[in-house]
Amino acid sequence: MKEKFDCIVVGAGPGGTAAAYTLAKAGLNVIQLERGEYPGSKNVQGAVLYAHSLEKMIPDFRKDAPLERFVAEQRIWIVDGDSYVGTTHRANSLNWQTADRYTILRAQFDRWFSKKAQEAGVLLICETTVTDLIKENNRVIGVRTDREEGDLYADVVILADGVNSLLARKAGFRRDILPHEVALGVKETVFIAQETLENRFGVVDNQGVAIEIVGTITQGMLGTAFLYTNKESVSIGMGCLLADLKKKNIPPFEFLESLKNHPAIKPLISGGETKEYAAHLIPEGGYHGIPQIYGEGWMVVGDAAMFVNSIHREGSNLAMETGMLAAQTVIEIKKRGGAFNKEQLSLYRDKLENSFVLKDLRKYRKFHSVFRTNTHFLTTYPQIVNSSFFSLLKVDGTDKKTKERETFKNILKKRSLTGIFQDAIQLWRATR
Amino acid sequence: MIQVEEKLYQNRYRVDEGRPHIKIKDREICSLCSHKICTVLCPAGCYRKGTDSAVSLITDGCLECGTCQVICLEHKNILWEYPRGGYGILYKFG
Repeated sequence: MKEKFDCIVVGAGPGGTAAAYTLAKAGLNVIQLERGEYPGSKNVQGAVLYAHSLEKMIPDFRKDAPLERFVAEQRIWIVDGDSYVGTTHRANSLNWQTADRYTILRAQFDRWFSKKAQEAGVLLICETTVTDLIKENNRVIGVRTDREEGDLYADVVILADGVNSLLARKAGFRRDILPHEVALGVKETVFIAQETLENRFGVVDNQGVAIEIVGTITQGMLGTAFLYTNKESVSIGMGCLLADLKKKNIPPFEFLESLKNHPAIKPLISGGETKEYAAHLIPEGGYHGIPQIYGEGWMVVGDAAMFVNSIHREGSNLAMETGMLAAQTVIEIKKRGGAFNKEQLSLYRDKLENSFVLKDLRKYRKFHSVFRTNTHFLTTYPQIVNSSFFSLLKVDGTDKKTKERETFKNILKKRSLTGIFQDAIQLWRATR
Repeated sequence: MIQVEEKLYQNRYRVDEGRPHIKIKDREICSLCSHKICTVLCPAGCYRKGTDSAVSLITDGCLECGTCQVICLEHKNILWEYPRGGYGILYKFG
């Protein structure tokens, strides 16, 4: 007998689990398939988790979710060579209960989130790779797995199989990924004694620090580096556009080493012990990179649909939101007794249009092409900012007016006034 | 210089002995490829340049990121699948 479910969810990351959880809560019969040993064992993220989407599903998640620290302080560093200019924002009113962002370790968080979904009634099968979609008359009716007699059937299949989404590509729902549409992120988890870590970063209790680093550290490549504090470890890594890495021709782990050895970073992680090295692709296609996300009997959520807002370091919250919206689409169609065809499932797109997900991605739709074509933002300006601060802050007997004049002259040597004006306009337009 | 093996040594894997999940389709194409970018950009160093112009592939340390197949765009010479369920990298922290 064919086993048939209301819905099959492929993948147990935040997107898939949000979808499965929402469906199960509404009383639907859901099976979720995960290729890892446990949910999260294949998943990598920076990782800062924004809580708003999770909170909609599990309002009291703070009680028992494996959260590392709440991000009380955010720093942005603009690096040039061995110097940096930075900003710091600390919200002292924040606490564990009111914070909206937390550092997490995905292998632990995903497992917890999945446990919540299973408690809600989701049937989770791990160690099972979905190898293909089963179609009938061009309509997805189920999935083929690598288990013996592993075919499963459902009214609708939700693909939450991550950035590479082999299934969507195999089924012809989307084309191959291009090197300028993804960034390669490499990361290490470096363990440091909790007391040392708290002293170094100036935090107490569950406070955490997130540092975002841009500038010449990426050698002109479109990318950023980061350092996030966990309970007794830091996540340190960087992500650069694959197309740029290809041009640079340097192994990604060597970039990671240069980051770890940067004079601003080295003292923060010294004495630490690396206990894991991870790599992951990050969708960077933005609004224009979003593939077809629904069709006859299928929908795509999260990374698999390129739902990442890299400018704001948001990804897993977009995955959860889109997982939820896909699930709500299924619930609504089911309620009115509709078919899960392309026409009905277009409701998913409508829901996305009304959510922050597509609104934000549309807002930044031109951002990437500006940064890819105008390298001044990644090299010239970090240099200008750093050298200007250096000379303005240096006390050497030169009067301030002369210093200002020299600084201004130096800036114009690197970029003309018209150039700066054009860049500013370009940047402004790219975020309209 | 840092060796990638030192980094991979910290990771947890369950290797599917004798069943690599990534394969080079046609070794001849790799010999003719001028940049062999896979040997540079694979974050786990799975691809290595041989003494002759061949490329060798050992997937044991693979981090399953997908970089190799995205950058081998012009030749499309990599057969990329996920490991069988339960095998491959098992992130402890992620």
